[in-house]
Amino acid sequence: MAFSLSVNGKSMTADVDPAKPLLWVLREDLGVLGPKYGCGMAQCGACTVHIDGRPARSCITPVSSVGNAKVVTIEAMSADPVGQKVQAAWTDLDVAQCGYCQPGQIMSATALIKSKPQPTDADIDQAMNGNLCRCATYIRIRKAIKRASGQKEV
Amino acid sequence: MKVQASRRQFLISGAAAGGGLMIGLSMTTRGSAQTAAAAGKVNAYVTIAPDGAVTIMAKNPDMGQGIKTSLVMIIADELDADWSRVKAVQAPSDPATFGRQSSGGSRSIATEWMPMRQVGAAGRALLIAAAAKDWGVQPAECTTSKSVVYHRASNRSATYGALAAKAAALPAPAAGSIRLKEPKDFTIIGKPVAQLDAPAIGRGEPIFSIDTQVPGMLYAHYVKSPVWGSKCLSADLAAVKAVKGVKDAFIVEGKSTQMGGLLPGVAIVADSWWTAQQARAKLNAKWDIDPARLNSTAAFKAQASQCQASAPLRTERKDGDTAAALKQAGVKTVSASYAYPWLAHASLEPQTCTANVTGAKAELWVSTQNPDAARQLVARTLGLKGQDITVHVMRAGGAFGRKGQADPAVEAAWISQKVGAPVKLIASREDDMKFDFYRPAGFHTLKGAVDAQGNLTAWEDHFVTMAEGTAIANQASMSPAEFPAGFVPNFRYDLSTVQSVVPIGSLRAPRANALGFVIQSFIDELAHAGGQDPVAFRLKLLAAKKDGDYDAVRMAACVRKAAEMSGWGRKLPARHGLGTAFHYSHAGYVSEVIEVEVETDGTVAVKKVWAAVDVGRQIVNPSGAINQVEGSILDGISCALHQRITIDKGACVQGHFGDNPLMRISEAPEVEVAFILSDNPPTGLGEPGLPPALPALSNAIFAATGKRLRELPIDKAQLRA
Ligand code: FES
Ligand code: FES
Repeated sequence: MAFSLSVNGKSMTADVDPAKPLLWVLREDLGVLGPKYGCGMAQCGACTVHIDGRPARSCITPVSSVGNAKVVTIEAMSADPVGQKVQAAWTDLDVAQCGYCQPGQIMSATALIKSKPQPTDADIDQAMNGNLCRCATYIRIRKAIKRASGQKEV
Repeated sequence: MKVQASRRQFLISGAAAGGGLMIGLSMTTRGSAQTAAAAGKVNAYVTIAPDGAVTIMAKNPDMGQGIKTSLVMIIADELDADWSRVKAVQAPSDPATFGRQSSGGSRSIATEWMPMRQVGAAGRALLIAAAAKDWGVQPAECTTSKSVVYHRASNRSATYGALAAKAAALPAPAAGSIRLKEPKDFTIIGKPVAQLDAPAIGRGEPIFSIDTQVPGMLYAHYVKSPVWGSKCLSADLAAVKAVKGVKDAFIVEGKSTQMGGLLPGVAIVADSWWTAQQARAKLNAKWDIDPARLNSTAAFKAQASQCQASAPLRTERKDGDTAAALKQAGVKTVSASYAYPWLAHASLEPQTCTANVTGAKAELWVSTQNPDAARQLVARTLGLKGQDITVHVMRAGGAFGRKGQADPAVEAAWISQKVGAPVKLIASREDDMKFDFYRPAGFHTLKGAVDAQGNLTAWEDHFVTMAEGTAIANQASMSPAEFPAGFVPNFRYDLSTVQSVVPIGSLRAPRANALGFVIQSFIDELAHAGGQDPVAFRLKLLAAKKDGDYDAVRMAACVRKAAEMSGWGRKLPARHGLGTAFHYSHAGYVSEVIEVEVETDGTVAVKKVWAAVDVGRQIVNPSGAINQVEGSILDGISCALHQRITIDKGACVQGHFGDNPLMRISEAPEVEVAFILSDNPPTGLGEPGLPPALPALSNAIFAATGKRLRELPIDKAQLRA
C-alpha cells in the first residue's frame, strides 16, 4: 500500500505493508538511517523520532498509523534550534562511547527540553528512562541536557 | 618509496596519491615491504596533502572505547600536527600493513603506544629534513609546531603542506635516528578531546555496520536452533516463500556444530528485514536436538553443589597448610559460598554484517573487534582466498567482547553467495541474546582465617567452573596466581568442573568480572570477622606480599586514594553504607568505593562512586579515559543489580531488555575518577574499571544493612527492612 509521509519537512512515499513499523520504512524504504534498531519492542529508545513534536518509538509505530503527522528524525536536528544546542552539548561533553544509542538519546533530550525548557533531574529521569545506553554514558547525558538547557551541570 | 627497518617494523615513506607525503609502517618482512612499497600497495598511516590536511589511519576497530581517537592523537602529537587539520580514518583490514588489528583485552594502548609514536616522529623527521635541505641548514636547528617547520635563527618557516612533496622525495628516516618527544612537550596527548566521531554520531550519520547500503541489497535473518548447533530437520519453506517480499528461504547444513563457525540454520531472505522477520512465524522448523546438549542452570547448580560437597578434581595451588591455619587457636574463621550467573553482552547494535560475494571475491561491512578473524572464517567456510576478501571495518555499536566472533560475517557471506546478491544480515535482539557467547557462571566455596592482629592467615577456594571435555572452558579459568595468592602464608586453590556445551566467550574484563566479586567480597567478610576496618585490612594484606608479579604498591596507592576521595569512615545515615574493593586486571590497578542507600523495600540506590585508577604514566585522552571508567563502573553495577542469563533445556531463556534488563539513567550514580600517574608504561582502560564495582557494591550493601549477598544478581527481597 502506498503511504505518503512527511519526513523532516519533505513529503516522501513508500509502498509497503501497512503494518510495517515506521523505523523500517525510514531505514529501508526512505534511506533515513539515523533512527536505530535496538530491540523492536519499545524497550531501548534507539529508534526514537518525533511525531508531531512528541518523542515516539518508531519500531512499534505501524506506518499506517502515521497519517499526516510530521515525522522528524535525528537528521533534521542540525536545522532545529534546540536540536543544535543538544548536539553541541553532546559533542562538547564527549557524551558518546559507541554512539549507537545517541541519535535516540538526542531525540528524547530535544523533545524534553522543548516541553520543559529547564528540566530537573527528576524530569530527566522520567523522560530519558526509556533510552538505554549499553555503554552507560548516563552521567554525561544528564550533564549535556543540563548544559543544552542552560543550567548548571553539577 | 623508501623502506627503513626498525626491528620487525619497516618505515615506508613516499609520494601520496594526489600529491603530498605518505608515511607507512609495514609489519611484514623487509622484502615484502619493499615489494609492496614498489607496487604502491601500502596503506599509509599518515598522509599530508599539499593543502596541509593531515589524514591519519586508526588501525584498530572502535566500538566505543575511543581508540580511533587516541591512536590518532598519539601519531599527531609526535608529528606535531595542527590538530584542527587532522582527520581520522578507520583503517581497512590489512594485517600486512597494520599488523594486529583486533581490539580487545584493553591492549591497544599498551601495544601501540610506542609504534604509533614512532610513525608520527618519523613523519616529523622527514618534514624537518625537507625544510633543512631547502634552507641549507642542519635539521637539528629546526623546530616544529602545529604543522609548521621553523628555523628560528634565519626566521624562516614552511608549512607541512608546502613541504610534503619534497619530504616525499627523501629517504625514509633511519630507524635509529627517530627522536621521540619528551612527555613534557606533548601538545595533544594528555589533553581531553571529544572523540573524533562525536559530531557524526550526534548528527545520526550512517557510520555503523547496520547502516551499510549496497545497491541491490537484500535482507536476511538466519534462524538457528534454540539448542545451539542442532541441524535443521525440516522447515515450512514454502509457507515462508509465499510471504510477499520474501525472495528465498533455504536450509543451511552448516559447517560446524561449534559456535563460532557457520552453524546449521535456515536463511530467510527478503526485500525487507522486517518482512523476513514476519515470515519467521511461518517457518515451523524442526531441529535434530541431541539430548546430551540439554544443559540447564538448575542442573549446573545441582552439580556444583555435589562437587562442593566432594573432594576436588585437583588442587591448583597449595602454599603452607590451610587446614592447620584454619584450626589455629585465636583465629577468626569464615566459610561462605558465592555464585555468579551466565551473562550476555547485549550490545545495543546487534550482531550484523553486510556481505557481497561475487565469484571468487567478497566484500564485508562488519561490526567487529577482529576484522581478520572475519576474513579468515569467511575464506575458510566459503572456500575463498583471504586476499580476495575486502573487510570494511565499521564503527561497532558496542561490542564488549562479543564482536571478536565472526558469526554474522560468515552467515551473511554464505547467504550472499547462495542468493547471488549483497545481503544485510541483522540478528534480532532476541537472536543476539539467545545466540551469544556467554560469560560463564561459576561457584566458589571459600574458607578464610584472620588472626588477632588482623592478618589474613588462611585462604581456601574450591572453585567449580565450566569444562568442555577435559579442558576448562574459555574464560572460565582462574589463575593459580590470582590474588590473594602470594599474599597469604596458607593458601589453597582447589578446582572442580561441570560439563557444559553452552557457548562461552569473552565479556568485558573476562574472568575478572566474576572473580573480583568473589574475592573482594570475601576479603570484606574476613575484615569484618576480624574486627578490622575494610580499608585498613586491605592495606595490611597488600603490605604482606610474598611473591608474584602483582604490584602491591601500585594497588595500595589506589586503595588509599579511593578511600580518601570518598571520605571513608565518615558517619552515614541509617541504611546507607560505604563499600570498597580493588581488583587488578588487564594491566590496570583500580580501587573503588561505592556509597549506597538501601531503601526499606530492598531497592538499592547507588549514590556515588569514587575510583582511583593506575594505568601508567600517561593518560592519552582524559575525556575518553574518564568516559571508559564511568561506563565500566556503571556496567559492573548494572550486572550486579540486574543481569542474568538462565539456561534451560539447552537454550537461553532470556531474549530482550525486559527479562535481561540493563541499568537506566535513573539508576546511574555520579562517578568521580582520579588517575594515579605511576611511572609505568601506559595501558588500556576498556576493562579494568569494571571488576571492583560489583564487590564494592555488595560490600556497601553489607555496610548499609548487615546483609551479605553472595549470589549475583543481588536479590533485593533479601534486603527489605
Ligand atoms: S528499537 Fe525501538 S525502542 Fe528499541
Ligand atoms: S554510547 Fe553505546 S549504547 Fe550508548
